[in-house]
Amino acid sequence: LAAYRTDEGQPWVLPVVKKVEQMIANDKSLNHEYLPILGLPEFRANASRIALGDDSPAIKENRIGSVQSLGGTGALRIGAEFLRRWYNGNNNTATPVYISTPSWENHNSVFVDAGFKDIRTYHYWDAAKRGLDLQGLLGDMEKAPEFSIFILHACAHNPTGTDPTPDQWKQIAAVMKRRFLFPFFDSAYQGFASGSLDKDAWAVRYFVSEGFELFCAQSFSKNFGLYNERVGNLTVVGKDADNVQRVLSQMEKIVRTTWSNPPSQGARIVATTLSSPQLFAEWKDNVKTMADRVLLMRSELRSRLESLGTPGTWNHITEQIGMFSFTGLNPKQVEYMIKEKHIYLMASGRINMCGLTTKNLDYVAKSIHEAVTKIQ
Amino acid sequence: SSWWSHVEMGPPDPILGVTEAFKRDTNSKKMNLGVGAYRDDNGKPYVLNCVRKAEAMIASQKMDKEYLPIAGLADFTRASAQLALGENSEAFKSGRYVTVQGISGTGSLRVGANFLQRFFKPSRDVYLPKPSWGNHTPIFRDAGLQLQAYRYYDPKTCSLDFSGAMDDISKIPEKSIILLHACAHNPTGVDPRQEQWKELAAVVKKRNLLVYFDMAYQGFASGDINRDAWAVRYFIEQGINVILSQSYAKNMGLYGERAGAFTVICSDTEEAKRVESQLKILIRPMYSNPPLNGARIASIILNTPDLRKEWLVEVKGMADRIISMRTQLVSNLKKEGSSHNWQHITDQIGMFCFTGLKPEQVERLIKEFSIYMTKDGRISVAGVTSGNVGYLAHAIHQVTK
Repeated sequence: LAAYRTDEGQPWVLPVVKKVEQMIANDKSLNHEYLPILGLPEFRANASRIALGDDSPAIKENRIGSVQSLGGTGALRIGAEFLRRWYNGNNNTATPVYISTPSWENHNSVFVDAGFKDIRTYHYWDAAKRGLDLQGLLGDMEKAPEFSIFILHACAHNPTGTDPTPDQWKQIAAVMKRRFLFPFFDSAYQGFASGSLDKDAWAVRYFVSEGFELFCAQSFSKNFGLYNERVGNLTVVGKDADNVQRVLSQMEKIVRTTWSNPPSQGARIVATTLSSPQLFAEWKDNVKTMADRVLLMRSELRSRLESLGTPGTWNHITEQIGMFSFTGLNPKQVEYMIKEKHIYLMASGRINMCGLTTKNLDYVAKSIHEAVTKIQ
Repeated sequence: SSWWSHVEMGPPDPILGVTEAFKRDTNSKKMNLGVGAYRDDNGKPYVLNCVRKAEAMIASQKMDKEYLPIAGLADFTRASAQLALGENSEAFKSGRYVTVQGISGTGSLRVGANFLQRFFKPSRDVYLPKPSWGNHTPIFRDAGLQLQAYRYYDPKTCSLDFSGAMDDISKIPEKSIILLHACAHNPTGVDPRQEQWKELAAVVKKRNLLVYFDMAYQGFASGDINRDAWAVRYFIEQGINVILSQSYAKNMGLYGERAGAFTVICSDTEEAKRVESQLKILIRPMYSNPPLNGARIASIILNTPDLRKEWLVEVKGMADRIISMRTQLVSNLKKEGSSHNWQHITDQIGMFCFTGLKPEQVERLIKEFSIYMTKDGRISVAGVTSGNVGYLAHAIHQVTK
């Protein structure tokens, strides 16, 4: 599983998390009572505020809802279960769900297990140009049956690291609006991708400003480094408060039979951090530290490959964003990397940028160079 | 217009409704007997000392926050299995079981229900005792199974309708799924005696039923973890390969930390491995992997001899206080001059008590005395204290005399 690593190749507990955990441990007034079914109120409100922005019209107009969930996966699953029951009529088993090619491999399972029978793919990665296949993507959206559900990566697309530009997002939104397609955002890397919370949430907020009703599954695993505490949030944006209230009441029923109520520890850490201006600033700083290290590794890797004269173009390494990069290495080259150089990537050529350190950059660059020159 | 115009408002949770009304009540003598969480004799939530100690150990260890495996914290799942099965259990020692960490009792039940839906081919029917925990039905239904019932509680005697249960169970179609509460039946507090469990095991075996035990109160019921697990262990000894859900919400007071486990007793270790692989495939698209905090606290307690000893004392303390409140309630009712037979209050066990009060009487308790409980007459004995047991007895007598 993908997790951030320091330049020493070690896991990193964010300093602000350590601080807040100590605060929680010292607070003897806290107990372990059940949270409400939908989660810790301070967590829910703050988590959604992070995604939508302090000045979000949807928040001002009181037409948002939040469901604290077990990680981003849990948020996706609750959203999926709700959509299958309530989206377009009362039985959406036949409603098409579109997932990008490629995508996080668990997306498919989430929607299958939620009961959707028609899971389709939409074009996304253009292997030839090592970038976004926008025409293919838009074409699929034009052809999709009206009311289809589209899973969109809010930022730092997993596994390609390739995101639409704002202009491209505008085109996507226009087609989705015209064809009544439902946006279900998966936001697992807000802040972690560019280092800026606002920048990484641009797409979600744009869709909200365009009047969409949407879901956004948020994960705090990476940007808070709280992987094993399962901190996630499903943000619901609706037309008005009444609709959102009814949606939440039904999501409550779904939560009740899945996990009853969510775990307390991680939500407390996040809520405490986000609701304190000082801690919030510290957190943003910690997030930027992680994002900057990844960005640095990207630029260092690219410059080494270009210095080595490795055949091909390598700008995609710095144009891509987030934890992962689609190097463009083919399966044979990947096999070489694994077997001969003991560098582990996925068969897709996906590399985890967090695995790069100042100590291994040279080795990795040379190995890629060898793989590309020796193996066709 | 909205996508959600046709979405109905979900019905309000009946138990939550009780708490909401309680919160609004300004009567200083008010009592919340709907709460499904333990309270100490001051009516306050109780964080166990062994939990605080385990937390201090965790804080000092400064561990990382890396993902747990899908099946959860291994030290926790192993200790959970041992706690339920007993360290001398052949099934435990041989390793012919799989235990995965679950999101407390609910999450463990749901993983099991999903597993049955996908892999238990002979039947879609789950037989629940009448009555059962309110959430059992929607859990199994959402998992895609069907619900049936067997007689269990006798409202005339406020105790077990054993002949009715045996009669119904003996007629359950073979290879159906039957759910049994291992101890401290929720909501009635009525448990079979060991002799009755033996007969239940025999009929269940004869009908070749798949037994699903829900054990949410081990240690919390009688104060003795071995005694509370007796039925589970007996069934397994009889060659019944049960499946089991455990919760640490009550017995360790870890409610909001969601510590639980789901276990499948298998024919052998090879089968256990195959079952585990399928459980992981079910869990990954639900929440990927479970939360660490509660499981780590529970694991430290179970695996650290001094803390485990301390826990056993504390869980007995909680059980003893509940038993003492039952006793005091009955003696106070006698003192009030009640001529009714209230023996069921002390015969029943665990957090909950089916008082036998009728809806109209419950209504009066709420309106006239600010004593809040669910309409079925169920009280949470955990909400009774030595400070308010007299008031409770007085009120019950007023509405039943």
